[in-house]
Amino acid sequence: MSVVVRTIARILAPVILVFGGYVILHGHLTPGGGFQGGAVAASAVALVLVAFGAPAVKRLKAPFSVLEDLGGVAFVVLGFLGLGFTFFANSLAGMGSLFGTPVPPGPNPGYLNTAGTLPLMNWAVGLKVIGGLGTVLVLFGLVGRDDDR
Amino acid sequence: MKRWLTLAAFAVVAGCLFLAGARMRPFGAPRFDLMDRYFNAWSQKEVAANNVVTAIVFDYRGYDTLGEATVLFVAVVGVTLILRRIKK
Repeated sequence: MSVVVRTIARILAPVILVFGGYVILHGHLTPGGGFQGGAVAASAVALVLVAFGAPAVKRLKAPFSVLEDLGGVAFVVLGFLGLGFTFFANSLAGMGSLFGTPVPPGPNPGYLNTAGTLPLMNWAVGLKVIGGLGTVLVLFGLVGRDDDR
Repeated sequence: MKRWLTLAAFAVVAGCLFLAGARMRPFGAPRFDLMDRYFNAWSQKEVAANNVVTAIVFDYRGYDTLGEATVLFVAVVGVTLILRRIKK
């Protein structure tokens, strides 16, 4: 692509990545969550892919498949954490430990250190979506002809 | 034989659908909102999450999310299997 597109992509890609991280991190407080944030972050991969071409993205050696495996395994392990009650029971909510602050009922500004296993599951699913969509995008980009560069 | 089996299965499914349609609540009647009110009232106490949607997706219906993650995984594996040979 042209110099304009490359420059804009250099500026915008980190911003998009940070916004995806924000959507994942605040998944238990604001609209969004693991899937949505992961898709936003994968759109940064798509932008870089359009601007610089798929071979350049592949030369970065971003561990997309490793990220996806890690996210999937973390999600299942977090599901097994609640096995004393049921599968996927929220064993960390309100316990006072990690993400364990109880929430005052009713409207409140939203506290980051709440919701038990939900933020961890958001991160697991987010990593999984980034990895999966990144793998698919890079593969699609490698298949297509790159004569438009 | 095979055709008759197909027809019988079709008749059973169609009959069940028509039965369900006949028993549907009348148009405009108030909907069942027992679960809605339960989620709204308890998600902050039980899951300690402000976002009720996330509480449902990752806690009450966590198994469903596992299925979604599996769907994504299978899609990625399928794309990788199809396109791997072309890459070389």
